[in-house]
Amino acid sequence: MLSIQNLHVRVGETEIIKGLSLDVPAGEVHAVMGPNGAGKSTLSYSLAGRPSYEVTAGSASLNGQDLLSLDPSERAAKGVFLSFQYPLEIPGVPGLTFLRTALNAQHKARGEDEVTAPAFLKMIREKAAALKIDFEMLKRPLNVGFSGGEKKRMEILQMAVLSPRLLILDETDSGLDIDALRIVSEGVNAMRSPDRAMLVITHYQRLLDYIKPDRVHVLADGRIVASGGPELAHELEAEGYDKYAKAAA
Amino acid sequence: MSLAAALRTADVTKLPSRRDEDWRWTDLRGLLREVPPASPQIEVAEGGPFASVAADELAYGNGRSPNGAEYSSLTMVGDGTLRLRFVSDAAATSHSSFVAIAVEEGDTVTLLESYEGKGSAYVASVEIAIEVEAGGHLTRIVLVDEPADAILVSEARVVLHPGATFKQTVLTTGGRRQRIETVVTHPGAGGSVRMDGVYLLGDRRHADITTEVTHARPDGVTSQLVKGCVSGQARAVFQGRIVVAQGADGTDAKMGHHGLILSERAEIDAKPELEIYADDVACAHGNTVGALDEEAIFYARSRGIPEAEARAMLTQAFVSEVVDRIEHEGARDVARAWVAAQLRGPDDL
Repeated sequence: MLSIQNLHVRVGETEIIKGLSLDVPAGEVHAVMGPNGAGKSTLSYSLAGRPSYEVTAGSASLNGQDLLSLDPSERAAKGVFLSFQYPLEIPGVPGLTFLRTALNAQHKARGEDEVTAPAFLKMIREKAAALKIDFEMLKRPLNVGFSGGEKKRMEILQMAVLSPRLLILDETDSGLDIDALRIVSEGVNAMRSPDRAMLVITHYQRLLDYIKPDRVHVLADGRIVASGGPELAHELEAEGYDKYAKAAA
Repeated sequence: MSLAAALRTADVTKLPSRRDEDWRWTDLRGLLREVPPASPQIEVAEGGPFASVAADELAYGNGRSPNGAEYSSLTMVGDGTLRLRFVSDAAATSHSSFVAIAVEEGDTVTLLESYEGKGSAYVASVEIAIEVEAGGHLTRIVLVDEPADAILVSEARVVLHPGATFKQTVLTTGGRRQRIETVVTHPGAGGSVRMDGVYLLGDRRHADITTEVTHARPDGVTSQLVKGCVSGQARAVFQGRIVVAQGADGTDAKMGHHGLILSERAEIDAKPELEIYADDVACAHGNTVGALDEEAIFYARSRGIPEAEARAMLTQAFVSEVVDRIEHEGARDVARAWVAAQLRGPDDL
């Protein structure tokens, strides 16, 4: 599904990702854990195609399709979805309009029919209810004035509506209280499917109590320095990142 | 110094030039070496951008009213909505018109004014004298759709009597040189004025939105929000002046102008002026010129919205704050669809 080989990424003059390789097969959830500054957010932004994140070497593909040569919107149409650590506020654009525009742009890029307004509203009502999002909130400008928890729920709603193949969750647990964490995690778990891959990027083990990973990778100094089963997350929680940070340095 | 005077007398020295402080960003003298010949008379079919909103129309074709006069006096009787159309279809010629409008005591009138230009390189002048009697209400929506190489100056003088209100929204895509000017005498207590505007300029277009509101009596309220964007080598001018005369205590005036520059060679010149000669007033102004939020653009692109569409959507959202202030539902819908069509953004914003 997702295959990353020897990826090198530079932001400005600084190389942040230094030869990262990672495979996430379809149907699996992989966690990437690491200390601050290891390159976790850089990895997620690089996969989504953020401008000024310059890939200097390596490859990243989804189902054999090269991602790095594609524009961010083309990557989205191919099924890449990044849940932002800090979702942006979009003044003046109601959530409903934003989502319908995004969904239809993806359909158009894939040569599919547009989703009609009634079909769209029916779908979004159901998915919003499952995430305990008040429908009225979707008529307000997207994320403007929303709490941290509301923004993260909106991210999951967008994910549910756009139905991506690769889900990248960048520090989705940051800023969430325990109730919001549960709602968000349930939303993510509902999307687990044999034809989807998930990359859960997190500093803390806490989120992984709710979203159970199949594999855990440790990212330090721009490389994967250790991989293992879910027990690796607990080990990190107990022992910290020190030994990996030293090993990488 | 005015375009109208220059056209009437065929004397280019009467044109405003960059030496006139109020015209320094909208020089006409340097643009016209001679006064172009008079435009031909044309037939104007019913219609215009507000055709679906109101039945009554008064249409000027190349400056002439339906009975062929360049000058007409109009008193509006009773409440209602009127479409006032200035239709140009000319090539390298010139025309001018003068319209007087009165809103009678206590009446509520909506004026849907459109500038509909065809042809090229013409010069048009429109002067409008508006008087709103005591307790009258006038809403004026001005939609300007002119060719890229046309020159247009529209000047409105608005006198408001006690308790009268005036709400104006100008929407324009500019022209070769274009000025939409509104000068208002505020009636003070019980009266209120809104002076909004939207400019959407591309290529080498120019538009100048100039307003002046004079508060001569106490306790008047004025609110102004002008927003717009420039791309290509376009140039927008905003000159907003609010004068609070001696004795006009208790005046409450807010002025906001916010522009987006979407390309390196586009330009916005803004001159917000508050001239206050009274004590105890609440006057505020905000003026910003900036670029689109690139982080928000990336966010939209990451959801599958192509870059051009994302930029259009965010630009449209930026100016829609002004359009949303239009209370007349039909006019608001027309304005919203017009903005969406200009920017090619989503139709449900």
